Amino acid sequence: MLNIENLHCELEDDSEVKILKGLSLTINPGEVHAIMGPNGSGKSTLSYVLSGRDGYEVTGGSATLDDADLLDMEPEERAAAGLFLAFQYPVEIPGVGNMTFMRTAVNAQRKARGQEELSAGEFLKVVRAKAKELQIDADMLKRPVNVGFSGGEKKRNEILQMAMLEPKMCILDETDSGLDVDAMKLVSDGVNALRDAGRSFLVITHYQRLLDHIKPDVVHIMSEGRIIKTGGPELALEVEHNGYADLLAEANA
Amino acid sequence: MMPRAKLKAQKQARAAELARPLPTGGAWVTKAREGALARWSDMGAPLKRDEYWKFTDPRSLIDAGAPDADLLDMGGEAPVFDSFDRLKLVFTDGVFDPAASDALALDGVEIELLQDAAKADLHWARDLFGALEARGQSPVDRPLASFNTAYATQGVLIRVTATPAKPISLIYQRSDTGADAMLHHVIRVEAGAEVTVLENGPLAARSNTVIEAELAEGATLHHIRSQGRDHARLGAAHIFAQLGAAAQLKSFTLTVNGALTRNEAQVWLDGADGSAHLAGASVGDGAFHADDTVFVAHNAPGCESRQVYKKVLRHGAVGVFQGKILVDRLAQKTDGYQISQALLLDEDAQFLAKPELEIYADDVKCSHGSTSGEIDATQLYYMRARGIPENEAKMLLVLAFLAEALDEIADLDLAGDLRDRLEAWLQRHK
Repeated sequence: MLNIENLHCELEDDSEVKILKGLSLTINPGEVHAIMGPNGSGKSTLSYVLSGRDGYEVTGGSATLDDADLLDMEPEERAAAGLFLAFQYPVEIPGVGNMTFMRTAVNAQRKARGQEELSAGEFLKVVRAKAKELQIDADMLKRPVNVGFSGGEKKRNEILQMAMLEPKMCILDETDSGLDVDAMKLVSDGVNALRDAGRSFLVITHYQRLLDHIKPDVVHIMSEGRIIKTGGPELALEVEHNGYADLLAEANA
Repeated sequence: MMPRAKLKAQKQARAAELARPLPTGGAWVTKAREGALARWSDMGAPLKRDEYWKFTDPRSLIDAGAPDADLLDMGGEAPVFDSFDRLKLVFTDGVFDPAASDALALDGVEIELLQDAAKADLHWARDLFGALEARGQSPVDRPLASFNTAYATQGVLIRVTATPAKPISLIYQRSDTGADAMLHHVIRVEAGAEVTVLENGPLAARSNTVIEAELAEGATLHHIRSQGRDHARLGAAHIFAQLGAAAQLKSFTLTVNGALTRNEAQVWLDGADGSAHLAGASVGDGAFHADDTVFVAHNAPGCESRQVYKKVLRHGAVGVFQGKILVDRLAQKTDGYQISQALLLDEDAQFLAKPELEIYADDVKCSHGSTSGEIDATQLYYMRARGIPENEAKMLLVLAFLAEALDEIADLDLAGDLRDRLEAWLQRHK
């Protein structure tokens, strides 16, 4: 599904700042991978580079989604190809209704894939059902995108978008940050409902807690722009108990 | 800097050059015109050196001879408001066109044409015509409005005694590429009545329009104006509105294209608990200069006013906003808000703003803000990351930017029509 090989990147405005320094990662269809790592290790940057945010210069390596070269595509093309990033900080867009935003996105992707666009009525039916599961009320659908939403509402709104867009590769960037226990359960349930054999997840998190709800197949530890250790769910527990210090020391030894 | 007296002399000399014999009419109209001509002669013509014209050169508005402005090919697109049920009053090249207009009859409304009424004794029109314009000459001179009062022979006089069933729609169309046109409308809304007055279309290659509106106690006027899309047109428009207690004014202007547009508004909140909302959306690409100059005077307690102006500019287009809220010492509990914002789509576009507050009461809530910026990169990325193509995402963001001004229109269907026009314009100017 997602194949990243020896990826290097630096800041576009400051080539002295190297962030990814040879990152490799392969996620097969249906798998859930988690990436953990200390602050500043490049986890969020990885999600930005994969989704096509400006400001980063890829200086080496490759990233493909089902053999299509992600790095060669515009952000909207990556989305249409099936990549989805749930933002750590979902963006507020005053003046654009949440519903309009989602319908425009769904139909733009359908159009890009040569599928027929959904009518307003069809869309409404689907979005209402999915919103209900995530306990998103009609008012949140009507309001401008993320404007006046609480932290938890913003994250639920991200998962709603994911559910509507039905991507095949989902990246969750610290989706647990700012969530209380109940909200985390709600968001996790939403994610778990989307798990299937054809869909993969990359879950970026600081805490093992989220992984109690979204059970990963593989856990990676990232440090200084590289994966330094890969293992099963037990690796996340080890981090929870001992922190990163031992793992970092081991990697540097 | 030029001494004030010398500047004044220059302005007066220019005004004298432009003066011509007054049109003929009935006694009260002639009296009003003589007064206006005296004001024009005394104030003098506007010059670029006037502080009030610092950002907009008035020369092309008063030079001899209108420019040649090609008629816009609408390509089969219906004019704004076309699908709405309304009383249609059509002006072709600035002259009332009875064949194209509806009969001047609408329940709850008296409608007269300026050219006819000038011969009749209409006390309500007589008391207003030129009177609000004269009041509007302080604290700043608005000589173009006096010039209009003196020389305009076309326009409508509307008296609303009870809320009519449909809007009154002033439709402007052109057949002449190089004509001047001057219209002077008077609107009196009696106590408790509510009316919607629409204006749309290109008036002339060069136009000078004045609206004088008086709103009695509890009266409401919705004024929605869409200025024609002809590229080379020049225009100056004034609205003078005097509001009684609990009266409400909502005036919105859409300015699309046009080489030079100066829209002035002067509102007096004279009675307690009045409300005035003035809003404008302008979009310009290339040779475009749109100036909104707005003055709201709070003269009574408990009034509320909003000024919401949004401009989208590109390829050298220039936007100007001069806005002032003046709060008299009697106007306690005033709630005043003013925002002017420009979205600059490239580095050639320019926005010049002069927001002002002048407050003499101590218990008021007033805020103002002015910003200019570009499309938010983070919002754009977020939308693209969801699969929305860049151009479409930009258009949604531009429309969202303009939405706050459009939201000032009470009628959602009329607002929707204007929004569609803006969207079509943005599609054409991707």
